[in-house]
Amino acid sequence: MNEFDEQEYTKGLDIGLWKRIYVLVKSQRKRIVAVGAVLVMVALCDMIFPLLNLHAIDTFIGAGDLSGLVSFIFLYLGVAVWQALNVYLFVGNCGKLESHVVYHIRKTGFAKLQELSFSYYDTTPVGWIMARMTSDAQRIGDVVAWSAIDLVWGICVIVFVSVCMFIINVKLALITLCVFPILAVVSYFFQKVILKNYREVRKLNSKITGAYNEGINGARTTKTLTRESRNFDEFENLSRGMKTSSIRAAVFSAIYLPIVMGLGSVGVALVLWRGGMDVQGGLLTFGTYSLFITYGMQIYDPVYQLARVLSEFTSAQASAERTLSLIETSAEIIDPPEILEKFGDNLNPKRENWPSITGDILFEDVSFSYKTGEKVLKNFNLKIEAGQKIALVGETGAGKSTIVNLICRFYEPTSGRVLIDGTDYRERSQLWLQSNLGYVLQTPHLFSGTVADNIRYAKQDATAEEVEAAAKTVDAHKFIVKLEKGYDTEVGEGGSRLSSGQKQLISFARAIIGDPRIFVLDEATSSVDTETESMISQAVDKVLRGRTSFIVAHRLSTIRSCDRILVIKDGEVAESGNHRELLKRRGIYYNLYTNQFMAEQEQKILG
Amino acid sequence: MVIKKIYKYMRGYRKYFLGAMVATALATLFSILPPLVVKITVDSVIDGQPLDAPPFLVFIIEKLGGVPALAKYLWICGLAIVLAALGNGICAFLRGRWNAVGAEELAKRTKDELYDRLQKVPYDYHVKAKTGDLIQRCTSDVETVRRFLAMQLVEVSRILFVVVFALIIMFSYHVPYTLAAVATVPLLFIISYRYFKGMRKVFMLADEKEGEMQTVLQENLSGVRVVRAFGMQKFETEKFEKKNNEFFALIVKMTMQMANFWGLTDFMTFVQIGLVLFLGVYFNFTGSLSLGTLLVFLTYEGMLIYPVRQLGRILSDLGKTEVSLGRIEEIINTPAEADTPGAAAHPLKGEIVFSHVNFSYEKDQPVLKDMSFRIKAGETIAILGATGSGKSSVMHLLLRLYDYDEGSITVNGCELRDIKKDYLRERIGLVLQEPFLYSKTVRENIRMAKFDMTEDEMFAATRAASIHEDIEGFEKGYETMVGEKGVTLSGGQKQRVAIARTLIKESDILIFDDSLSAVDAETDAQIRAALRERAGDVTTFIISQRITTLMEADRIFVFEEGRLADEGPHAALIEREGLYRRIWNIQNLLEEEYENE
Repeated sequence: MNEFDEQEYTKGLDIGLWKRIYVLVKSQRKRIVAVGAVLVMVALCDMIFPLLNLHAIDTFIGAGDLSGLVSFIFLYLGVAVWQALNVYLFVGNCGKLESHVVYHIRKTGFAKLQELSFSYYDTTPVGWIMARMTSDAQRIGDVVAWSAIDLVWGICVIVFVSVCMFIINVKLALITLCVFPILAVVSYFFQKVILKNYREVRKLNSKITGAYNEGINGARTTKTLTRESRNFDEFENLSRGMKTSSIRAAVFSAIYLPIVMGLGSVGVALVLWRGGMDVQGGLLTFGTYSLFITYGMQIYDPVYQLARVLSEFTSAQASAERTLSLIETSAEIIDPPEILEKFGDNLNPKRENWPSITGDILFEDVSFSYKTGEKVLKNFNLKIEAGQKIALVGETGAGKSTIVNLICRFYEPTSGRVLIDGTDYRERSQLWLQSNLGYVLQTPHLFSGTVADNIRYAKQDATAEEVEAAAKTVDAHKFIVKLEKGYDTEVGEGGSRLSSGQKQLISFARAIIGDPRIFVLDEATSSVDTETESMISQAVDKVLRGRTSFIVAHRLSTIRSCDRILVIKDGEVAESGNHRELLKRRGIYYNLYTNQFMAEQEQKILG
Repeated sequence: MVIKKIYKYMRGYRKYFLGAMVATALATLFSILPPLVVKITVDSVIDGQPLDAPPFLVFIIEKLGGVPALAKYLWICGLAIVLAALGNGICAFLRGRWNAVGAEELAKRTKDELYDRLQKVPYDYHVKAKTGDLIQRCTSDVETVRRFLAMQLVEVSRILFVVVFALIIMFSYHVPYTLAAVATVPLLFIISYRYFKGMRKVFMLADEKEGEMQTVLQENLSGVRVVRAFGMQKFETEKFEKKNNEFFALIVKMTMQMANFWGLTDFMTFVQIGLVLFLGVYFNFTGSLSLGTLLVFLTYEGMLIYPVRQLGRILSDLGKTEVSLGRIEEIINTPAEADTPGAAAHPLKGEIVFSHVNFSYEKDQPVLKDMSFRIKAGETIAILGATGSGKSSVMHLLLRLYDYDEGSITVNGCELRDIKKDYLRERIGLVLQEPFLYSKTVRENIRMAKFDMTEDEMFAATRAASIHEDIEGFEKGYETMVGEKGVTLSGGQKQRVAIARTLIKESDILIFDDSLSAVDAETDAQIRAALRERAGDVTTFIISQRITTLMEADRIFVFEEGRLADEGPHAALIEREGLYRRIWNIQNLLEEEYENE
């Protein structure tokens, strides 16, 4: 359907992908080496404990000589302390490694997100990005730290124990390890099947979540359509499928484990038989005999773990790939090096080199088309003098927002130039323009924090007086002081504790506190209530005074007083003039005005 | 009690869990055999000591020809190990299978019950409910309970069986040695239990911190325009960095606690195992313990000491399962909508009479006050009123999405309460202002209302709703997916698809609850013309704020503050002072304004 579908992921293990991930975690190289070293120690100890038993049995029991017992006890305790220390170091470092990786991915991702152009945001759902930055980042850290560790540990134990066995007794070592190849093949096969089953379960699971979402959000409509039982039947199909798949996946796991244990026991049984015969024949000590039995029982766990780890890597690949795709996306609007050199970048602006801004704007033969190919503007020309108030009206999709986005340099022209104060804005940094911009959205977006925090947003060093002055300018001061804690009232996530009118006023205050030269008032919704309407329209006039401003399809009262009204149709200026002139033409504006006048008046009466 | 709650929850599938537990017990028995076989082999078969084993093993060995036969055929001992592993494997498989069946069947039943109940609870429930919370209960809470049943429950019983069986055999061999072998186990359990219990609080704190970080991210993403417009990337990066760092620091702190815990308890474990080894050597030296028995003790010690921490963890998690179970049951125990006893399917073609109806959503906030009117079959009634004047409430009552408090509503002479709700809603077509479209194809969305619709019926409905051409214009026409995975329909298109969906079924009463608000005036007129043509004897209600939509109705009702303030045809209402005329006059106002310019 589209690339953001959480689609089925069926690839096998992809080493190249993990190499790319490694690049991302390279800063943790030292820690990775340290963890690796600790793991070698852990595996060594795992090998040594049975050897200590061997010694105890052969020396103290076999030979009946207790003279070295005390020093043996100290040796044993020493190894125990050493292993406990290893465990401590390895758990601690692995956990830190994981946190570092996750932290680093999030940091890199966030920095990238601050750079990416609007064309990226236009086509990428916020939920998709959130999932990459939260659960996927976590998953990668998890796999890189813990699964990779199990991998190293497993290999170490297998190698150490094998080497040790071969040194002590080649024949018994061969006997113990003879079922190994079969085990490897079986494990490979089973992990593949189990992974496939679990992917199926996950896919169904997300469908069920979707079904709940729909069932709950659509419950009222469902009731009016009396679809309850049919919807339930559809849901039951899903939940039944999920049940069947889950059971199948669990059963496969339930078969696999006994097979590993069974094959392992064959190795132990062979040692018991052949080794026992050697003991009988006096060719083998009891200690060595019991050592091989212990090793035989011990060595199959790492195999099982290895198989599990490989499938974990495979199943985390989807997360890794999507996260990398976010981090590796390149921004479309980039300031060239010489501009960055002169004016600084987003994180380190060189404000001292910035020329001041007057606010003359010129569109020169500007054409623009979206990535999808649809052309919105064609050879568009427009000259605006500093301080003018311009209204843009027209149908949805006519190109009003595009013009505004081009002015803000959220997009750049496909061809042609946009000049600010006579200079192509590409010869300045993005931040230079955007720091001089006042911008108010149709649905005001506030950040968590206090009212003052939000007003201060565009000018972090603003004093309390400045904040209050800005609020007074837009008539927000009156309601703010009535709030529970005045300017220190928390607005709640997304401003949820304020009415939409109050939020809008705060966003106005925020927009003017930096005293921007260019002001953009984006599309106001048609359904603001009357209270909000009157609050806003008073503020707007004050805010726009003396700034070059653009008003997109706003309330009539605001539009009427603009210096120029541009009616945009199919990417061109169809009508241009002030309110009175345009009404006289009895054209597009006249019709728009009539409709909106009726709607606004009705709303005034009906509320 | 948690156990009692879980036991009750398992009804219907208890036999699977019982089977899984029996299989677990058997598997455990099989798993404790190999060390014994090794012991017998080492001590008696090879070293020639007298046989010292549990009676049933002695019996089997006698049957096989006694110890000398085993010494001759040593492979029998090997085979015994393989057979024990086989028995263990089969039982483990059965345990896995039954446990999975039980847990998944229960999970399915719970999901079904939740879905079904959420469909059947009264309308009001969904007006008030928080979607996110409900979905969380249906997904992660169900998952918590499933996880407990699928993994933890049987794991606990496995650990208990191992401990019990191993202890029985150990005690039978050497009492003081056994006591020494489990000396630190209770302590280990208590430390684990308390540690994991304490960790739950830290986890909650970490969740909180993670939430804060996510909020910053979420706000940054959804406010990306604001961030860019003010050039605040640096500020935002620092803000995120702070939260990212706080979360990171907390996790690192947690990691260090974890490292302490595992380091300490691993040390205790090693010491305990060492104690078994040293004492074993000592008892062997004093002659009260054979080498084989020492090996048995060493193996059993490993089998029972490692899962102790796991046990602590599971038991400390028990509270979480209980909470989830409670949250699930809260939904399932919500009463479903029910019909009045004796309600029947009573034909609806006929007069609709409201008489002295009072209604409120919240106590003491009356929405409809003494509402009375009478509507003839086949009439078209338009309703005008301000927000909150009771327009939609009347329609809600008519469909019995809510129940009226006082007065009477009759349709075709029958009291509304005595009509079956399903029948009522099937025969009344209601289009909501913000209709919900399912993420299915356009065709399937329309088919929602009439399962066996024909192609012609569908086209007729979509043409009447003026949406046919829009649909044909989509790349995949009627097979286009609606919603996130397909095209995003505009508000007006959604409303028109919903109208088509309502028109496809045969209705006695049709209600358009402001369902043309997002449609432009021209299309609005087309749809109304088509409706008039189809109407016949269908009683129609049109709620709207647009006067051109209302004026052609047979009668117009004007609602003010829950009362029927005025009613009559357009011509009569514009003659009288009132809300309707004030709105009608806007047109004149406009003319005036044009004059002035």
